[in-house]
This record gives sequence, structure tokens and C-alpha cells, in this order.
Amino acid sequence: MNEKVRMEGIFKRFPGVIANDGVDLDIREGEIHALLGENGAGKTTLMCVLAGIYSPDAGTIRIDGEKALIRSPRDAIHAGIGMVHQHFMLVAPYSVAENVTLGLNKPRFLLNERKLEAEVGKVAQSFGIQVDPHAKIWQLSVGEQQRVEILKSLYRGAKILILDEPTAVLTPQEVRELFATLRQMAKAGHTLVIISHKLEEVMSLSDRISIMRKGKRIATVNTKDTNPTELARLMVGREMLFELHKEKATPGDEVLSFCNLHALSDKGLPALRDISLSVRSKEIVGIAGVAGNGQRELAEVITGLRSATSGKVLVNGKDVTNNSPRQVIDQGVAHIPEDRKGAGTAPNLCVLDNLMLKCYRVEPFKNGPLLNLGRIREFAAKLVKQFQISTPSLETPVKLLSGGNVQKLILAREIATFSELMIAVHPTRGLDVGATEDVHQMLLEQRSKGAAILLISEDLDELLALSDRIDVIYEGKFMGEVPADADQIETIGLMMAGKKGEIQQPVPAGIRAQA
Amino acid sequence: MSIFLEKRAQSSRLLSALAPLLAIILALLMGAIIIALSGTNPWEAYREMFVGAFGSGYALSETMVKTIPLILCSLGVGIAFRATLWNIGAEGQLYMGAFAAGGIALAFPQGQGWWLIPLMVLASLVGGALWGLIPGLLKAKLNVNEIITSLLLNYVAILWFQYWIYGPWKDPLGYGFPYTAPFGEGAWLPTLAGTRIHLGLAFAVLAALFLYFLLKSTRVGYEIRIIGENPQAARYAGMNIPGAILLVFAISGGLAGLAGMGEISGVIHRLQPAISPGFGYTAIIIAWLARFNPWLTIAVSFLFGGLLVGGYSLRAFGLSDSLVLILQGLILFLLLGGDILTRYRLRWKGGRA
Ligand SMILES: Nc1ncnc2c1ncn2[C@@H]1O[C@H](COP(=O)(O)OP(=O)(O)OP(=O)(O)O)[C@@H](O)[C@H]1O
Ligand SMILES: [Mg+2]
Repeated sequence: MNEKVRMEGIFKRFPGVIANDGVDLDIREGEIHALLGENGAGKTTLMCVLAGIYSPDAGTIRIDGEKALIRSPRDAIHAGIGMVHQHFMLVAPYSVAENVTLGLNKPRFLLNERKLEAEVGKVAQSFGIQVDPHAKIWQLSVGEQQRVEILKSLYRGAKILILDEPTAVLTPQEVRELFATLRQMAKAGHTLVIISHKLEEVMSLSDRISIMRKGKRIATVNTKDTNPTELARLMVGREMLFELHKEKATPGDEVLSFCNLHALSDKGLPALRDISLSVRSKEIVGIAGVAGNGQRELAEVITGLRSATSGKVLVNGKDVTNNSPRQVIDQGVAHIPEDRKGAGTAPNLCVLDNLMLKCYRVEPFKNGPLLNLGRIREFAAKLVKQFQISTPSLETPVKLLSGGNVQKLILAREIATFSELMIAVHPTRGLDVGATEDVHQMLLEQRSKGAAILLISEDLDELLALSDRIDVIYEGKFMGEVPADADQIETIGLMMAGKKGEIQQPVPAGIRAQA
Repeated sequence: MSIFLEKRAQSSRLLSALAPLLAIILALLMGAIIIALSGTNPWEAYREMFVGAFGSGYALSETMVKTIPLILCSLGVGIAFRATLWNIGAEGQLYMGAFAAGGIALAFPQGQGWWLIPLMVLASLVGGALWGLIPGLLKAKLNVNEIITSLLLNYVAILWFQYWIYGPWKDPLGYGFPYTAPFGEGAWLPTLAGTRIHLGLAFAVLAALFLYFLLKSTRVGYEIRIIGENPQAARYAGMNIPGAILLVFAISGGLAGLAGMGEISGVIHRLQPAISPGFGYTAIIIAWLARFNPWLTIAVSFLFGGLLVGGYSLRAFGLSDSLVLILQGLILFLLLGGDILTRYRLRWKGGRA
């Protein structure tokens, strides 16, 4: 295979950190190249350099053997490079076709809209991308929006496509479709770079894998010559356990219970229909389900962010139905929200400001109407250290942290300030394998200390590893409850697809992400 | 060939620091064209303005007099901006503060006690705050757009103010002129010897200190910053958002009201139909230029005070001092435009897509 891209000695420094420390990387034509590494290792930065979003302090980039000057996303497009970010950059009220062609210097108003849509549709079809060119962005699911982003790059003639943690927000079904598309693109001669923290995905999809640690590329391996254990060791620099020590459950008193709960989604449609559950102390109850089946609404109703149309929520026997978020927090309820940039943090404010978000109004961090800034600073510094949040300083704006470090910050804050009940929605999304293991360990520790934890996740392995029992949610209803045993996977899979009591039938492939 | 905007990956830090300066320089250049068109040498006009504003002890003191209400109003507008609330109503709040304080002064024409000034200060704070609370309440409870309500309430406030001057409070000894009776001297703010700079300057500096402290070290100040940056996160953290909105509008209006009190008690010593050349509107520009930073607000207010005072010197050339308003408008316009350029870059492109 020909060498398509060669990055040499890429050096990129941000105030207080060296994100890329002389990275060499070569990517071959037509391959799927995976980029692995701990949170903050510099993966996103390296790819942003390739896509012209950051200009490196030193280093060269060669495309097809020739030196390329890439100073802006525009230059990158000219060089045939496109990047799909974790946060999409689409214009919600516009149609798919409009978004795809937006910014191209074509006299759009002269072009017939139908023709434009047909053209975009054709490009989509040739790569097996299923999306309606006529649909408006706001009508699309996250997975569909991602397809639009990919389409946008392809339509601009990208031959090299970079995807930054593309599967973090997808349902297993969508992951399968995405991978099929990517394989098809590779077969058609496109070159793909994919950043991911999920080792099995990387193993199943990629041809070669490069591993980064602390701003350096430390290894590149052929996928078929390696295994997840080796990858993890390369990434983290230590042996991973991949096995959690989980004590037997000894549930105590009931901490959370809700019954006959109903609620509406943002669009005003029924999102929760008559669900009931209780979680006791020293217990982790998992909620499994394909994203968009009411998980988010459930977390919001419990934490007072969304009102229940009927039903009851009790925390420690106290009725908190439709209480304010403040009242629920005061009951000792912590919440790791699904949307870390939307609700979980104020990205422009600094690490310190974001770490004190939940504790600033309680002793010892308050001082009458004042803040006890000394205490808060101590507390924040302790959390940064304990949770290994990599940040140049407490004054660094959170938007400058790497994706995984933002997630760690939220986790640190919530774990540090909760006492009774934790509502954890995708707690390890975007975390590297090491950090994921740490968080799992931490949640189990909290459980043995007496906490009640409601764990909402799409990751069946995570649910099975942590939960004591698992409820499956489908279209806002509970399909049933199973003990958290590995041999329940098929049952859970069926229930996630909305089928009950047909356990004897063969399992449809791909209920889980490909193993 | 066409020109278009391309989003920058990172907003340019250098440009965003320079943008305000560039906006001012460009506005002056455009102003120069206008002056030249009216047949005056722009260089001389500007020099005259500069001398008029900063060229002598007297000029400086006059500039300072105008700076006082500008600081107070801009601080008020700025704290609202911090919470991403747009209080365009400082002008009206200033008038309501003056109305309340003036009412007290007129009620005690003989008043000589130490308590009269503090009472007037309090009244102006309350008057401005209450007026600010109207758009605040509408925003907090009904989510009515505060830009429109606060702006429209300016006209209501000014007309209300004038009603009292033309009507019930008109000076019976004033030969029918629309003035109230002059205040008793007990209602005058003390001034710095030989100048018209009054104690309001101390209020303004105290207000800046207060806001700095509020935002940095108090719980509610922290809430205001979070709400301004990300209301969703504030809700998630259980903050009382409507409460904070009300507080911000009360502070914002109160400070503008205090500016009104300074004008009538420190400078004019009576009520008359117009007591402000648009301090409350200029404050919007200042707050934007100063990036809502209390200390920068003081510095920028001084510049704009100079612009106002310097504008009077233009009359010598037969130019209207409304040129100052044009300059202010240009600065704001260029500032907002410059803001776009820090986030986008201009690209020229010919032919092919
Ligand atoms: N624009 C920026 N300004 C300042 N620092 C930055 C910026 N972007 C990234 N960094 C820092 O550079 C380092 C590398 O970040 P990067 O986003 O490349 O990590 P990553 O490998 O993608 O991690 P993750 O897996 O958590 O997404 C981090 O320490 C981060 O805080
Ligand atoms: Mg990243």
C-alpha cells in the first residue's frame, strides 16, 4: 500500500501543556488507521493539526509524498482531508442537502433545490450512507447527524477522513451501520483515521493501530498481530485487570423509588410510560436500553430537571416528585448528566469554577453569603490530583481540556459531593480504558460504602460488570428485570429490541456492538 | 470574485484584544470624513475636541463630571451582561432614580440634616431598582425579551419624569419655565474644591469595588457568572435562576438610578426635563468595550466622558455636537463588526468553488 499521509516531528504546545511532542505518523492509502491513547494523550490535537484546525509549532505534513502546507480547514479540504468532530457543526433549521453544500461557493439560489438534493443523495448512496437529503437537521438522530457530517466531507472530495470518537454517541445498531460505511469507503480507496477508546471496536475495524501516550506516538502495530491486552498495556503503561472485584450485594434500605412514572420528551411526546423501580443502598441497579428510549428523561425526572406528568418519586422515603433540582440535590442526590458540555459544565469558565458547581452553597465552602475560596481551592486541587484530571492549572477554562478530562471533572465533582444516591448516565463515555476501570472501581467502592446507584448506560459490558440487577427500558417502558449475569445478554438484547418472552429464539446479530 | 467569511478554529486572541482599539480608530477616521464633508479640517476639529476634553485642568475636571454617571450606568449594564441579560434601560432607570431622589429633595427644601443625602441615595437606588425590576420580573417569570421591555420603558420613564416637572412639581416662581424649584443646599452633593466633580465619583468607585467583590467572592456572584455562561448548567446545579435575574436587574437599575441622583444632586441641583445626554445608551457601548470588567469600565468611561465634553468644542466650528453621537454609533457598530472578525476571517475568492 502507498503511503498517503506522513506527519513528521509534529510539535504543538498549548499554554501549560505540550499536546504533541514531536509526533511521527504515517498513514497508508486505503487503510483504516486507529488512534488509541489515554485521555489527554494528544490524539484530537494531532488530528486537528492534520485537518488544518491547529497549526503546529513545528513539523511537516506530506500528502502522497509531497510536502503540504495546511494552514486552515480550507487548505485541508483542498488536500482532500476531512474531519468529523465529536461535536457536530451543522445548522439545525437547514436541510441535509443544504448543510452538505453549505459554504461551497456555488450560486446556491440558482441551483434547483431538487437537483441539489438528488446530487447529495447520489453521493450518499454510492457510499451506502442512509440519510434523507430533504430532512431538516433537527429532525435527525445523533447517528444520522453524524452521517451528514461524513457526507459533507465526502461531498467536498475528501479522500482522507478523520473521525474523532465517532462511536461514543451511537447506539449499537448505528455503530454497525457506521462501520459498514467505513469499510465500504476504505474499499473504495479512501483512507480513514478513527480515534476511539473502545478496544474491541478498534480490533474489529482497523488495519493498523497507533498508540499515543503523553504527546508522543509510542507504537504502531498491525491489528492482526495484537490483542486488547497488549493495546491496553501500551496505552496505560501498566497491566490492565479487565476484571473488577465485585463483592456480593448486600442491599440495605430503600433509597430511591418511583412508581407509575409518566413524563413527556422535549417534543411533547410520551417518553416515560408507567415505570416503577426501587434502588436500595449498597446496590447498583442498571438501566439498559438503546439510546433515546427514555433514559435521559428518567434521569431528569428523578433529579427535578423535568416534571413528571404523573407518578411519584421518593428519595429516602420523602416525596420529591416535581421538586426543584435544588431540593433534590439537598437530599444527597448526585447526577452525572448525559450532556457534559450542555449541562454538566460551563465550558468558558475555569476548572475551579466548574468543580465547585455543586458544593459552593454548603459548609465549609460557603461563608455566609460569601465563598470560602481558600477551602474551595484546596478541595479542587485535591480532586484534580485524586482523579488525575490533566489540566495546566485550576484557572484553565474547561473548554481547553481534552474530552475525557472534562468527563473526569464531572465525575470527580459528583462523586465528591454526593452522599445517598447517584444517578449516573453513561459515566465512562469518552474515558480511556484506564480511567474507565478507575471509575468502575470507584462506583463499586461507593456501593460498598452504602450508596445507592442508578446506572444508565448503553454499554452492556459495563452494566453487567457493575450492576446487581438490570432493568431494560424500551420506548419509555420497562421490559423486565434480569440479574446481572453474563448469560443474560441474549435476554437483555431481546428486551432492548422490544421483544419479551421470546428468549428461545436465536438472537438477532448486532444487538451488541460487534465483538 | 467574491468575499466571504470563514470561521476561525480559534478566535484570535491578539485580534480580540486589539478590536476595541481598532474600532475607536476606525470610527475616528470615518468621523473625519464626515467632518471634512462639512467643510472643516478634521485634524483641527479633533485637536480642538482633545484640548476641550483633556487639555487643561478645567477640561479634565469637566470630563470627570461626565465620567461619573457613565461609570455608574456602565457598571449596571455590565453586570447584566455578565448574566447574559441585556439591560438597554439604564437611561430610564437613571431618570427614575433622579425622580425618586428629587422627590425627597423637594419634600425637604429646608432640609439641612446629615440624613438628607443618604436618604436621597437610598431613594435613587430604590427608584432605579424598581424600574429595572419591571423588565426583570417579566423576564424571570414570563420569559419576555428584556431588550424590548427595558428599551421601551425608557420612554415611559422620561415622560413620567417630565410630567412632574411640567405639572405638579413646577416651580411656582419659575416664570412658567419647566423647572422645579432649586434644591436646598442640604441636598447638594459636596464637590471637590474649585471644580464640579462631586461625591458621586466616590459612589462610582465604590460601586466598581462592590461589583468586583460580588462577582469574585460571593455565592450569588458565582451564580450570576454560571447563569451567564450556561443557564442549563445553572439549572442542573439547582441555582435559583429567576431570583438571580431579579437581583441582577435590581442592581443594574439601582446603579443607573444612583447616576441620576448624582446628576441632580451633584450638578444640576434641581429637576429639569432633560438631565442626561444619553448616559444610559452610551453605557451600553462602554460596557461592551470594557468587556464587563469593573476596572476597565472606569477607564473607558473616562474616555467617553472626554468624547462628550470634547464634542461641545465642535460648536466653535459650527459643527453640531451630535457628531459625538455619530462617533459613538460608529464605535459600537465597528466593535460588533470587529467581534465577528475575531471569530471569522475574511477570504477573497475568485472564480471556481
Ligand atoms: N485549544 C487548546 N488550548 C489549550 N490546551 C489544549 C487545547 N486543546 C487541547 N489542549 C490540551 O492538550 C492536551 C491534549 O489534548 P487532546 O484533546 O489532544 O487529547 P486527546 O488525546 O484527544 O484526549 P481525549 O481522549 O480525552 O479526548 C490536553 O492536556 C488538553 O488539555
Ligand atoms: Mg479527544
